[in-house]
Amino acid sequence: MTHQFDKSRFSRNDDSAVENAIRRGATRRDLLRMLAAGGVVAATAGMFAGSARNAVAQTPKRGGALRVALNSTSTADTLDPVRASAQGDYMRMSTFYNKLTVLDNSFTPQMELAESFDTTDAKVWTIKLKTGVTFHNGKTMDSADVVYSLSRHVDPKLTSRANALAKAMTKIEAVDKSTVRIELDQPNADLPAILGTYHFVIIPDGTTEFTKAVGTGPYITEVFEPGIRTVGKRNPNYFKSDAAFVDSIEMFGIPDENARLNALLSGDIHIGASMDARSAPLVKANPNLRLMVAPGGSYTNLNIRMDMEPGSKKDFIDGVRALINRDAINRAVLRGFGEPHNDQPIQRASRYFNAEVVPPAFDPERAKHHFEKAGLLGVGIPLVCSEAAKASPDMAMVLQQDAAKIGVTIDVQRMPADGYWSNQWIKAPFHFGNINARPTADILFSLLYKSDAAWNESRYVNPKFDQMLLEARGSLDEAQRKQIYGEMQAMVAKDAATIIPAYIASADAMSTKVGGLNPHPLGMLQGYNIADTVWLDA
Amino acid sequence: MNKRILEMIGGRLAVAILSLFLVSLAVFFITELLPGDTAQELLGQAVTTEAASQLRETLGLDRPAILRYFEWIFGLLTGDLGYSHVSDRPVASLVAERLPNSLTLAAVTMAITIPLALSLGIFAAIWKGSIFDRAISSVAIMLVSFPEFMIATLLVMWLSVYLQWLPALSFIPTTADLHTVVLAYIMPVSVLVFGSCSQMIRLSRAAIADAMVTPYVEMAMLKGASRSRMVLGHALPNSVAPIVNSVALSMSGLLGGVIIVETVFNYPGLAKLMVDGVSTRDMPLIQTCSMIFCGFYLVLITAADIIAILSNPRLR
Repeated sequence: MTHQFDKSRFSRNDDSAVENAIRRGATRRDLLRMLAAGGVVAATAGMFAGSARNAVAQTPKRGGALRVALNSTSTADTLDPVRASAQGDYMRMSTFYNKLTVLDNSFTPQMELAESFDTTDAKVWTIKLKTGVTFHNGKTMDSADVVYSLSRHVDPKLTSRANALAKAMTKIEAVDKSTVRIELDQPNADLPAILGTYHFVIIPDGTTEFTKAVGTGPYITEVFEPGIRTVGKRNPNYFKSDAAFVDSIEMFGIPDENARLNALLSGDIHIGASMDARSAPLVKANPNLRLMVAPGGSYTNLNIRMDMEPGSKKDFIDGVRALINRDAINRAVLRGFGEPHNDQPIQRASRYFNAEVVPPAFDPERAKHHFEKAGLLGVGIPLVCSEAAKASPDMAMVLQQDAAKIGVTIDVQRMPADGYWSNQWIKAPFHFGNINARPTADILFSLLYKSDAAWNESRYVNPKFDQMLLEARGSLDEAQRKQIYGEMQAMVAKDAATIIPAYIASADAMSTKVGGLNPHPLGMLQGYNIADTVWLDA
Repeated sequence: MNKRILEMIGGRLAVAILSLFLVSLAVFFITELLPGDTAQELLGQAVTTEAASQLRETLGLDRPAILRYFEWIFGLLTGDLGYSHVSDRPVASLVAERLPNSLTLAAVTMAITIPLALSLGIFAAIWKGSIFDRAISSVAIMLVSFPEFMIATLLVMWLSVYLQWLPALSFIPTTADLHTVVLAYIMPVSVLVFGSCSQMIRLSRAAIADAMVTPYVEMAMLKGASRSRMVLGHALPNSVAPIVNSVALSMSGLLGGVIIVETVFNYPGLAKLMVDGVSTRDMPLIQTCSMIFCGFYLVLITAADIIAILSNPRLR
């Protein structure tokens, strides 16, 4: 089900045109101008795609001490599920704990600590737990632990980062030792998927101390120093037999990308998470290293408030849609670290993705016609961007160049990253946003497109859409859900003024000795979950 | 030692303590001015007003600042450094993890820089105008002109990436032997030595050169003393005060001012801890780190002052 890049759709010449220009000393801006000038033809796939697929077929080896460098760390690092919020925290969660389910490469929940999820109305759920699973302290995992773990996210006093999702669980109770019953405030067929997200890990009943993680997970905490390092040693009693291959995993942050790359090049670490297009050629040139590119992660989108000038004019929106050069953005701005998208938030990897939704083609003539009709030729149109919304200043440049050629003046206003989310995002009439991958279609649509959603970026209002959202949420019929979500994608792509030109890929660099990892659409390092599958070739 | 010296030293110590108190006020109220607070930072992009005020109440951040200031000061005086809300641990334990690292780095750097820089400066003064003097002076100027991050990055590229002699990170594994530890320290210590010894070389050379044109050195010359005798026996003892002060100034940044070295080599020291604290608005942590840096600075400067006082023969 994993979405694979289609390498054949992108020619070698395009690649070398860009790379030659870079070698000749072209800056990123030069490159944008060159591509916006129409010098480079359309291309679809990522330059570095496919390099990570070879690991799958090999047999895992046991042993070794794995060292992983993440791109961030701070004293806020935590082992407490309600406080987890950084990428490193998600890594710790999956290293030391387990959840009831895990999300696979199509975001479909697979059972982990749960044996089964049963419901007749999607409102009351009965969860059977696996038996004989033990915590690191020897205690056997049972329903009381699950009730305690999930209830912590509901308790407003603990201010869980997952409270928005968790508060839908109005009742969480133990039926017997191995059965838990959950009642929701309204039907939601996605409960198994929600409980497979980062925060909902299972801890022993009554845990209040988080200086060491006591979980059921593949590794046992040996060292945990916030902002410094986390070390786990293999859990000999792990309930999965064909998992947890290395003897120990050490994780720490190297926020400086150069330092991270140097550490990888000198062999100090095995995996360096989150590399950008600048480091990629160095990784590719080294025979001992490889790059794992995950297509998802986040997207940067161009938002037009439909309740404000000039977005209240339909022709302005259509004009921008025809003027956005998705291929140039993907090639020149994301340099292959992304894939073109179709103006709706569901990832290609999702089982609900509707491939029939096709974005409008890049057509400056048609754009000109629309801008003319809207009376916006020659008028300066302010466009707000910021480094806070990944790559948006460069995307704004591309748009500005293309607009200039048809007589449309876009006045790019680059705002500081500090305060962008509270002062500019959603508030400016024409601006960029950045949204991280979310595990379910329901979460994305409820968060970003429901008529009354706080994060409704273009102020898209459609009662029929809201109705369909509720219907799909409560439906247990997969085919029906796929159909409704498919229609909703088409509606959003056509009517909401949130233009999503590309999903931005994340890339992890690693030694060729590292095996067992595959790109996951939730983002870097296999969706922040490597502990079960990673192995080292000594 | 006479009464006047004791009085002067007492005065210096009193001034140091007063400065520390003023700094504590400044640090506390300036951190209060930072935009956003711990509650907002903790909750991130998805913050809601209710959640933030709930969290503020739990953390005790809803009480007046002046009250929290006095609590903090009394805590400090009784050895309680406060509680880091962000990491949910006492600040003392966070500092305890890093302070030894920072102190080790500072101590090793000092142990190398001070004798090296002083002897180079003194020899440059003895052989003033020679090839040696000119070479030392130009190398010192070159080193001080190169920014630390550049020296650090070049060293890593050369010694770690190409030659693979040294580890790129000074992030020592928990189970490291002495050999590994020494290798890990070579590069960060070298960068810090390069950065801090230039100023000391030039200052000690200049201080001695100044003393060399005084009448008492001329007198020594007239009585037939050799050049090295003139420098070591006459000029140097009279240049102790400026030299000691330059040493103290150069060394005072070694605890809190080494953020570049800590970043490039991923060395878990106090400077990074403080930067973390600022970015997460972890007030107790920022305040404690500032007080440690300030305390270290004051200890060095006061020590330099006292040494200068004691070395002044007119006060003996």
